[in-house]
Amino acid sequence: MFDIAIQASGITKWFGEGEAKTVAVSDASFEARYGEMLYLVGPSGSGKTTLLSIISGILKPDAGNVLVDGSNLWNMTPNQLADFRLNRMGFVFQDYHLFSRLTTVENIAIPLILKKVNWDLAIKTALGYLEVVGLKDKANLPPVKLSGGEQQRVAIARAMVSQPDILVLDEPTASLDGETGREIVQFVKSHTLNEKRCIIIVTHDNRILEFADAIMHMEDGKITGTQRTVNEK
Amino acid sequence: MPGLLKIAFKLLINDKGKFAALLVGITFAVFLMVMMMSMFSGILARSSAAVLNVGAKVWVMDPAVNNVNSSIPLPDTVLDMARSINGVKYAVPVYFGGALVKLRSGSYQAVSVIGLDDATLYGRPALIEGKIEDIFAENAFLVVKDAEFKKLENPKIGNEFEINDHRGKIVGIAKVQATGIFGVPTLYTTYSRAITYIPSSRFTTSFVLIEPKNEMDIPYIQLQIHKLGYEALTRDQFINKISDFYKYQTGLGINVMLMTIISFIVGLSISGQTFYTFVLENLEKFGALKAMGAKGSELVSMILFQVTFTSLMGYGLGVGLATMMMLFARFRLPDYAAQVTYTNLAFALGMVLIIAAFSSYISVRKVLQIEPFDIFRG
Ligand SMILES: Nc1ncnc2c1ncn2[C@@H]1O[C@H](COP(=O)(O)OP(=O)(O)OP(=O)(O)O)[C@@H](O)[C@H]1O
Ligand SMILES: [Mg+2]
Repeated sequence: MFDIAIQASGITKWFGEGEAKTVAVSDASFEARYGEMLYLVGPSGSGKTTLLSIISGILKPDAGNVLVDGSNLWNMTPNQLADFRLNRMGFVFQDYHLFSRLTTVENIAIPLILKKVNWDLAIKTALGYLEVVGLKDKANLPPVKLSGGEQQRVAIARAMVSQPDILVLDEPTASLDGETGREIVQFVKSHTLNEKRCIIIVTHDNRILEFADAIMHMEDGKITGTQRTVNEK
Repeated sequence: MPGLLKIAFKLLINDKGKFAALLVGITFAVFLMVMMMSMFSGILARSSAAVLNVGAKVWVMDPAVNNVNSSIPLPDTVLDMARSINGVKYAVPVYFGGALVKLRSGSYQAVSVIGLDDATLYGRPALIEGKIEDIFAENAFLVVKDAEFKKLENPKIGNEFEINDHRGKIVGIAKVQATGIFGVPTLYTTYSRAITYIPSSRFTTSFVLIEPKNEMDIPYIQLQIHKLGYEALTRDQFINKISDFYKYQTGLGINVMLMTIISFIVGLSISGQTFYTFVLENLEKFGALKAMGAKGSELVSMILFQVTFTSLMGYGLGVGLATMMMLFARFRLPDYAAQVTYTNLAFALGMVLIIAAFSSYISVRKVLQIEPFDIFRG
């Protein structure tokens, strides 16, 4: 048996008005399971980021439901959604969005600080994660002094620091060379995945497909198929 | 300090260029506002110097008078009537006028002359040197030792001079509370000598000074004087009247007000603009925070904290700078008239808070509008 982390059904999202109205996600239903690394792949513009935002409580769908551990995400108030994202989710954005005016370690501490963890403890914990991603000596540098791959690792450490149940990564390897990309994905998988966690990665990078437990294909807003390689019992 | 505010603080001060620009904008605006208002306050305070120095409780004057130095002479009947009002302990005339003194060096110096009632010397100054009775001696004058004293070539007791072609002799050196605005030395003499030495019109009394029996008699006295067609003002009322005259009926007040408004607008636009760009530059980051689970109210508190911190710091720097400037100016120029009043400080603070509120408003609006989805999409 497996536990379902996210159950999405009939998700539909439109953009634009009138003539320009287009459907970005159309009647998408799928599940993401604890213990698996789920890939969302498909051509550019197929609606991957849109779907990812909807299931993480960032973008409201026009139709459909998202159940996380049985509770309906889109029935929540904005503040409840914020709390949900803060307490349950970890995000790695495609272009990192690190604060250039803060040090690397302070950047990593942000989710803890949002959770009102006291400053010194937050920094100490962040330092631990910085060590995990192998950048302890860069703790007091601003992120701009780091290479692209190092910044990506900082962004990942930031997503991991609050120990989220669901880790969401949008194109985490887009700006990395093949080898670094593979290393990073492998690293994320080995350091965060367990039977109580779930990782969802949006990508069109074939070089990292080998780490997937499940691959979900999208085209023109529709989910065209899902293959599960591992964990299918 | 809550961690989020610490983050806000670091975001602010680590952006040294913008932080400096913000501080400079607010400091500059506060500096200008405080300087302008303080100079004006200084001028106002000095414009009433004679009222303070003479110190009478009630001043009787023609209603058209709005300045000690341009009094309208009162007929002698006013004095007599004033003496007959119930509640008046005594009423005396005082003379204010100007004269020309010819100094020993041969040069001329304008002076202002105050003639005190011969019988009571009501309104006399405190003496540093000499005896007050000597004011009744022949040609006797007291000279006030203030910032203008040296314009009379630092006279000593016994020095003689020429005043409007009469002989004058210094018999005492006085000190007064406040220095006047017009930059001329002040001489005291008796009323009778003043009106004989200084050419005047048919009526010679500049003001009638009244000492009431009791503070509570003042309204009645004022009413009686009013019935005669004259005005009786308490010391504070007279000072306010003079201030209002300078504020609203001379170019001085209007210009100071304009300068203050301009400083305010300059400060408002510099800091509003800079803070807005600061927020714009960090907008994606604020959006990322929102995506990670920061609530709108938390982002607002970050911005308010940044704005408040910068504004108060700019305010402190501006006030400090203005004060230093004034101390320095006073050190170099004894006549420099500027005083920092609490009202001025409060007003400048109010203006700074308006600047802060405006900057916060435009920034908060922007931050609340961010869609975390747009950040997600990159
Ligand atoms: N805010 C928006 N306004 C209008 N159209 C939008 C908006 N966001 C997305 N779209 C449209 O929705 C569709 C799906 O976009 P989405 O970003 O989800 O694609 P994607 O699969 O993530 O693409 P990529 O691989 O390039 O990131 C696209 O056609 C896009 O133009
Ligand atoms: Mg995308």
